[in-house]
Amino acid sequence: MPPDTTVADLESAALKDLDAASGVDSLEEWRVAYLGRKGRLTGLLRSLSTLTLAQRKSLGKKANELKDRLEAAYEGRRQSVEEARLQQRIEGERLDVTLPGPPLPLGRLHPITQTARDIVSALGGMGFQVAEGPEIEWDYYNFEALRIPPDHPARDMWDTLWIDYEKDGRRPMLLRTHTSPNQVRVMEQRQPPIRIIVPGKCYRFEATDATHEWQLTQVEGLAVDEGISLTDLKGTLAEFARQMFGRDRKVGFRCDYFPFVEPGMECRIDCFICRGEGCRTCHHTGWIEILGAGMVHPEILAHAGYDTDRYTGFAFGMGIERIAMLRYGVDDIRHFYANDLRFLRQF
Amino acid sequence: MRVPLGWLSEYVDLVLDHEELARRLTTAGAEVGEIITTGDWQNIVVGEVVKLDKHPNADRLTLPTINIGDGQTFQVVCGAPNIAQGQKIAYAAVGAKLIDGHTGEATTLKRAKIRGVESEGMVCSEKELGLSEAHEGIVVLPADAPIGVPLAQVLGETVFDFDLTPNRPDLFSVVGIAREVAALTSQKVRDPSLQYPEKGALATGKAKVTIADPDLCPRYVAAIIENVTIGPSPDWMQERLTAAGMRPINNIVDITNYVMLEMGQPLHAFDYDRVAKHHIIVRRAVKNERLTLLDGSKHKLSDQTLVIADADRAVAIAGVMGGHDSEVTPKTKTILLESANFNGPSIRRTSQAFKIRTDASTRFEKGLSPHLPPVAAARAVKLMVELAGGKAAKGLIDANPGDAKQGRVTLTMERLVRVLGLEPPAARIREILTGLGFGARWMPPDRFIVRVPYWRTDINIADDLIEEVARIIGYDQLPTSMLRGEIPERVPQPRSDLRERTRDALTDVGMQEIITYSMTDLESLGKVLPREDLEITRPLRIANPLSRQYEYARTTLRHALLETLAANIRGNQALIGLFETARVYLPNEDDLPTEVESLCGVISGRLPDRWGQATGEPAGFYDAKARVEHLLAVLRIDAEYREANDFAYLPGRTAEIFVNADRVGILGEVHSRVAEQFDISRQVAMLELDLDALLPHVKDLVHYKPVSQYPSVEEDLAIVVPEDVPAARVIELIRQSNLVRNVTVFDVYSGDPIPKGKKSLAFAISYQAEDKTLSDEAVAKERARILERLKRELGVEPRA
Repeated sequence: MPPDTTVADLESAALKDLDAASGVDSLEEWRVAYLGRKGRLTGLLRSLSTLTLAQRKSLGKKANELKDRLEAAYEGRRQSVEEARLQQRIEGERLDVTLPGPPLPLGRLHPITQTARDIVSALGGMGFQVAEGPEIEWDYYNFEALRIPPDHPARDMWDTLWIDYEKDGRRPMLLRTHTSPNQVRVMEQRQPPIRIIVPGKCYRFEATDATHEWQLTQVEGLAVDEGISLTDLKGTLAEFARQMFGRDRKVGFRCDYFPFVEPGMECRIDCFICRGEGCRTCHHTGWIEILGAGMVHPEILAHAGYDTDRYTGFAFGMGIERIAMLRYGVDDIRHFYANDLRFLRQF
Repeated sequence: MRVPLGWLSEYVDLVLDHEELARRLTTAGAEVGEIITTGDWQNIVVGEVVKLDKHPNADRLTLPTINIGDGQTFQVVCGAPNIAQGQKIAYAAVGAKLIDGHTGEATTLKRAKIRGVESEGMVCSEKELGLSEAHEGIVVLPADAPIGVPLAQVLGETVFDFDLTPNRPDLFSVVGIAREVAALTSQKVRDPSLQYPEKGALATGKAKVTIADPDLCPRYVAAIIENVTIGPSPDWMQERLTAAGMRPINNIVDITNYVMLEMGQPLHAFDYDRVAKHHIIVRRAVKNERLTLLDGSKHKLSDQTLVIADADRAVAIAGVMGGHDSEVTPKTKTILLESANFNGPSIRRTSQAFKIRTDASTRFEKGLSPHLPPVAAARAVKLMVELAGGKAAKGLIDANPGDAKQGRVTLTMERLVRVLGLEPPAARIREILTGLGFGARWMPPDRFIVRVPYWRTDINIADDLIEEVARIIGYDQLPTSMLRGEIPERVPQPRSDLRERTRDALTDVGMQEIITYSMTDLESLGKVLPREDLEITRPLRIANPLSRQYEYARTTLRHALLETLAANIRGNQALIGLFETARVYLPNEDDLPTEVESLCGVISGRLPDRWGQATGEPAGFYDAKARVEHLLAVLRIDAEYREANDFAYLPGRTAEIFVNADRVGILGEVHSRVAEQFDISRQVAMLELDLDALLPHVKDLVHYKPVSQYPSVEEDLAIVVPEDVPAARVIELIRQSNLVRNVTVFDVYSGDPIPKGKKSLAFAISYQAEDKTLSDEAVAKERARILERLKRELGVEPRA
């Protein structure tokens, strides 16, 4: 048999067998059978010793070329077999990506806490720091020191829940009706410049309905320094309102009365339901009240021992429930303390 | 305060439309809460009775023919006795919206046959038009009312209902509002006329006024009007009173009410002949003195009550309500008119003590001007002369004319700029102040001397005037600026910081935050606290609770969490985790309570499986503990848990939480007997922390420890210990080894083959040295040392 025929025969047999090897195991068998140490190609090379030098040279070259070809074919075949095997595995392990992951526990903050934090953060950016005070207060801090003496008609603005405790024929202890008493407490302890906010619970002797709760949460603000004027109050409140309700909100002010400020004002935003046209939410005024404010009455600064020729200040206070109702579109204040999880989990 | 615009326009020209006027008033401080338009009638027009026939089947009914112009006439059936030919009347066509004269309900007029005759519409009474309760006769319109025009053009009225602030008693009057309108629209006020003929003898000769308690009554003015004829007041007055929300009574009483609404000064008319010795004495009541008021109510007075008395007895509670015995009756001939000034706080106290709030007391309590009584008295006398045929005695009795000087306030431009942040031109300031009735004199170089009009009792200092300037300019017209000064030094708030971190840590592990009421009742507290505790620490009581349910300041949060949990269990096993951070109020003798920042949480329901279904174990002790451990880990606080007993918790499944030596809280499974009180039948685990007790243990800053360069060796160690040895004790002993970096329990087992009364505990121990790689021998030596210690301390054997 001429050696050339032998090489060609070997190649066609090898390629035929390679084609038939479709698994990892049969591929390995093939490799051993043809390219292994005792394989047929090695056998062929070994048989060269019986040939002439010229034949050896010619056939050796051909055999080595065949080896390269078979190795390349083997590598190609191996890759396609592995690719097919991987494809098969992927196919078998395909997931329904629409199924949910195992749920992780999820808890949320109460909407009033969330709103309070947003308020504290908006004002915090303007240098106001939190300073909390007691919820059960003396009449002195809640009223008298705020220029609301006993029997003053302005007491009607804050219907009061009194603690059953009498001293000298009077009831001096109450549930604070607003967060303003902490203005006085802070001014007793600190010197200007002052910029504080007082978030906290307040209580009113008030029948409950869709817009009134006897327990409520307020945030009070107070700034005292040299050179603080009404225009600063307007600027601060306008910036606050835009941070809370959107940059395109219009902010308005009207004259209002609180005994501890002079001048006094109410801050309003244009109704975002009707855009100022007038609707049920804004009582057809186009405006929604959000807070009361004013320049701190000079008697209150004087009472704190501050020089009223040198220092001025402003104060403001707002109900967090009201702000939350407006921001979330909640139509009944009673939802907040009913603590129905179907309500709370929406926030 | 209701102000009919027709009445208002008597004192000032209304140059703006109603909406704009209301907006301007509101912005400047007098809030128009509502614009009420009476006469929003549909299909009701002015008609003329052109013919009046008798009803063929009923004597009391007539058949007027009504002309409404454009050749349209209708025959209707009418039952009113006062109808007459030629009258202008209110004709309602079929389809008109009316008030049913009998039922008082709103109704739509339908075509109807009455006693056999078709009625093509109706002639209306006041009641049917919603004007009043009067249904005796039809409304007769002025003779010059144009035929065919909508009724609203003839009878309609717009009323501003003001929500006023208590600092402006002057605005509780039509004239006061007129002054405000004038200032806002650059108009002039036309003051009501006070001129009347004085025909009688000197008033001072007819009656005497003594103010015994001038501290409560700074001024008392009286007038005498003789020969009055009591009868109804004229229609225009009745209409104005009705529109302002008052009920007409008779001409004298109506005049006192009218002048009160007009000028803001409450007045009272006594029957002169029923005032003993014609002597008015203003004094404090004698204790237990009795008085029957106008409304028939009988009262026992205290020595704090200021009364108006005659020579014999109290005849009125000053500033609140007149007495029954001296009131004006149809037989009254002579009036003694009171126009006085009373101490506001005193009136307020009295009004609250007797629970009587009247139009008079609400005005007096705000502090009226002592200059107002003679003005209002003159106005009322004039009307009584004109409308009740009275004869005015000469002069007024003025018991304490006082100091007629009016207040002066200095306004410097420096202060104005300091408060407002801008400087309006001096001319503008003067214009605003004079427009409001102030006298403003410029004192060069830099200030106004401002004379305050008597009715502005709220103006005392420069800043009050600055508000006047700002509100008339309009706050919206002022510029805005931002705070410029230095930002104050930061004052740390560790207490609120801790509370907020607590909230975040618990929501992070699936707990929902709730906020509940701070007040509760003893019954709720008694469900979760032992009776003795409530008796020793009696919670603070509210003197005037809104309801029994909210009578006490809570000393725990437990009941609130369990109530909320109960309300949210909706017949399934879903896991619910709730928490609240709030204050509890621990009473102190003669001082404010200690408000403790507290945390309470509950967890109940079955743990979720891979799909979130509540198919796992019911949440219990360890689930509550996991949440406490998570929170304390977030706060980097090491705690110790000791078995404990507590009223609300199940014995054997309760642990007190200690940090160093401080007890900071408790957790465990809620006692089934407690849960049942809240109608909860399933297992509930609860956790409580006193955040104020925890606060000192919160570390500000963490100090870095270098990480060891050398590998650690991980080993498991299983031991058998008596059942009652707590795992924490074993861990503590293992930790004593210097080479132990970390120990965790990973298995607890009792039962075969562990002997009875014992349990097996398995620990994962991590050994590590700072300075070298530990050899197997070194670890083995350390392990032997640990086992030796466990054996010595606890009699423990390693598990085979």
